[in-house]
Amino acid sequence: MAEAGMADTSAHSIPALLARNVARFGGYPAYREKEFGIWQSWTWAQASEEIHAMAMGFLSLGIERGDHVAIIGRNRPAHYWAMVAAQMCGAVPVPLYQDAVAEEMAYVLDHCGARFVVCGDQEQVDKVVEVEDRIHHIKHVMYTDKRGMRKYDHSRMNALEDVVAEGRAGHYRYQEELEKRTAELTYDSTCVMLYTSGTTGKPKGVVLSNRNIIETAKNSVAFDKLTHNEEVLAYLPMAWVGDFIFSIGQAMWAGFTVNCPESPSTMMTDLREIGPTYFFAPPRVFEGQLTQVMIRMEDGGRFKKWLFDHYMALARKIGPSVLDGKPVSGLERLRYLFGDLFIYGPLKNTLGFSRIRVGYTAGEAIGPEIFDFYRSMGINLKQLYGQTEASVFITQQPDGEVRSDTVGVPSPGVEVRIGENGEVYYRSPGTFVEYYNNPDSTASTKDAEGWVATGDAGFFEEGSGHLRIIDRAKDVGKMADGRLFAPKYVENKLKFYPSILEAVVFGAGRDRCTAFINIDLTAVGNWAERNNIAYASYQELAGHPKVYEMIRGHIDEVNASVAQDPMLSGCQIHRFLILHKELDADDGEMTRTRKVRRNVVAEKFADLLEALYDGRTSVYTETEVTYEDGRKGAIKATLTLADATVVPTEHRMAAE
Amino acid sequence: MNAMTEGYMTADGRKIGGVLMELKNITLRFGGVVAIKDISFDIRDGEIRAIIGPNGAGKSSMLNVISGFYTPTEGSVWFKGYQRGPMRPYQVAQLGIARTFQNIALFDGMSVLDNIMTGRLTLMKSGLLSQALWWGGAAKEEDEHREKVEKIIDFLEIQNIRKTPVGRLPYGLKKRVELARALAAEPKMLLLDEPMAGMNVEEKEDMCRFILDLNDEFGTTIVLIEHDMGVVMDLSDRVVVMDYGKKIGDGPPDEVRNNQDVIDAYLGVSHD
Repeated sequence: MAEAGMADTSAHSIPALLARNVARFGGYPAYREKEFGIWQSWTWAQASEEIHAMAMGFLSLGIERGDHVAIIGRNRPAHYWAMVAAQMCGAVPVPLYQDAVAEEMAYVLDHCGARFVVCGDQEQVDKVVEVEDRIHHIKHVMYTDKRGMRKYDHSRMNALEDVVAEGRAGHYRYQEELEKRTAELTYDSTCVMLYTSGTTGKPKGVVLSNRNIIETAKNSVAFDKLTHNEEVLAYLPMAWVGDFIFSIGQAMWAGFTVNCPESPSTMMTDLREIGPTYFFAPPRVFEGQLTQVMIRMEDGGRFKKWLFDHYMALARKIGPSVLDGKPVSGLERLRYLFGDLFIYGPLKNTLGFSRIRVGYTAGEAIGPEIFDFYRSMGINLKQLYGQTEASVFITQQPDGEVRSDTVGVPSPGVEVRIGENGEVYYRSPGTFVEYYNNPDSTASTKDAEGWVATGDAGFFEEGSGHLRIIDRAKDVGKMADGRLFAPKYVENKLKFYPSILEAVVFGAGRDRCTAFINIDLTAVGNWAERNNIAYASYQELAGHPKVYEMIRGHIDEVNASVAQDPMLSGCQIHRFLILHKELDADDGEMTRTRKVRRNVVAEKFADLLEALYDGRTSVYTETEVTYEDGRKGAIKATLTLADATVVPTEHRMAAE
Repeated sequence: MNAMTEGYMTADGRKIGGVLMELKNITLRFGGVVAIKDISFDIRDGEIRAIIGPNGAGKSSMLNVISGFYTPTEGSVWFKGYQRGPMRPYQVAQLGIARTFQNIALFDGMSVLDNIMTGRLTLMKSGLLSQALWWGGAAKEEDEHREKVEKIIDFLEIQNIRKTPVGRLPYGLKKRVELARALAAEPKMLLLDEPMAGMNVEEKEDMCRFILDLNDEFGTTIVLIEHDMGVVMDLSDRVVVMDYGKKIGDGPPDEVRNNQDVIDAYLGVSHD
């Protein structure tokens, strides 16, 4: 069945791939979901039957070609099926972020003109109902989880399973129409529309065609030699392009199994039970796991701790070489084998990584220590660089050429060039069709020859040919005296410390740099417990003098490291403060994918920023916060402002 | 009295049935102490009935009378139209009455799953021997019970702590597990003794949602004691107000809120 990677001219849409998979892998599991404590599974044949019934159910509701079907919910087979069923009817699936507040949802629903909405549960239905009186084009709402839904007005609302039953019952009426519509799909029909998280301004609807998704899936499946035997865990937001590529694109192309967790809170247990062979996670997941391991090892007995430290030291030394198949002496290989028996094996098993063949991380820079930790244990963790507009893949690391500070070589079929200002441009079969109803943005992002500006500044490393990303191109600025200001570069160095969750560095157009810090409550809380520091809240812990002292130590180290680089030595942090609240997407300070919105933060905490530059040592502030249910409140705090040690670099400046 | 058995409609459109339990002239004495003094009220099928009152008003005693743990000194309790005599705890459970406690009463060393399973004890049919030997219908029966329990776990969203020993859980979750165990008995009537005590706002909101949902989904009649007035006024269909063992008010929340006796005794001022 290795022909999955071969050209297949008939497979020009996701529904066509589904039919192909039924023929090839009919009896193999296509989807699994844990429900009521048991993994339920559907073979390709069963899944296809469900999807067909659902599509016919959609037809019974009067879905038209080109309609947009919004899907709002956690990763569940039914939601993936709804996307494919919509495609079968000639409609366009639009997955949305389920944690978006009603206001954000209203914008997207309005912008795409969704006529049908599939909601995961009552919570999502409530949000849709709330915006419905402003948006009049919603024709029908469907929901997966029936709980609490009994009292709702059902004149334009149904349980998804009832729609499926309706489709099944109307089999003879709708079959012909469905086949006709599915046959109309071409390589250039729209496959999906995904909204960008929007670090700046309003989200934009990225239109991706079947060609974009299938070509990308085909190339990336071949790159990592994925087969129909892979297992993936679908736990990342369905609205994110990565999940669409992994759980729909690649899964459909290669024919592998998509596993859905029982609930977001059981993800770690489910990960362990499934033991995926192909895994994707943003750096924060790996960071979180490593922090957990380290905290638990601290609590372990002395012998266990020694054993762990001993073998982890060995792993750091030779692990990567073993993984890359480089020569290692026989004795060391034997010791590594023992390490695998005692430490790495059990640890990987605990983390759910026993069977991983290929793991990817992307989205943010990953700390070298974290990256090396996983690789040294024999987990083939790699980095990739991509964005929604490229159907994910721009560059990725081939096996055996993996490093924490690059993002790899251009993916198959992708051309990359660096613009004069250092910005990275690409052109690929995965390049998006357009921004929906936004020709201006389309034109300013994608030029006539198909080159797309990524908005990131980077360069190709000489020798290896790997791409390195420095920062967002628009964030790379100049300080008052003309020195280069690359905040992300410094922030990433700071965030590699387990106690620092987020850092926001300021300094564009100013004479020196300052920073806002968010501490990591898990790591710092544990540290506080160990050091007998009592605290009642995040705010109190964040303001503790000893915490300040620790963070100052980290900043001093980062300053020393930044000073090594003559280009960026101006980015050393002179003063900092620890914020009294965690930056949160609900308050608009971060995107839903947890990227800091620098301008929003600067504006919202303008008084604090001011204080960092006028030399005060403490400042009183009140901040508005939004609770999960949308209500607003205020936090009052008096914050300490602290100085950090800066390595003098005048002579270096002179030398330039 | 006949008109009263027909039930009524609530403001949000739920249909409340006839009288499920009627308490007639209940008096409860412990030696010389009179805990409850000549109180009568009824509980209707499918409603959420709250009992409120200041500390020492006799609320928990009242709940214990309802659950059958105390036998009233005077007066009678009618359940589903039959007068109820003194009962053993398992008989109460068999009648379809389950409860949670003011102070959590779970098995700390057992997992959440096992704790909830104990709630189904009265519903299990296979004998001790066949269960111990895992023989005959015992295995099959356990599967069926496990399925019911899993539905409750799903309903209360505690999948992530299914296998965690209860002793390791925070307070708010223990309360939820206790509710799960009570639900596992598939009760007709559920008694909740201060379900929100000691919870933060978010936990309270969750608990409110669960109570409303289970009333709605399973049609369970709920009798609850609660101190948080906001919660009581939002949740309940009818409220009994007690003070010094006497009933000083009975009716829908809005009516009780404006009852001068109640305001004087307990609420202070009407708050919105």
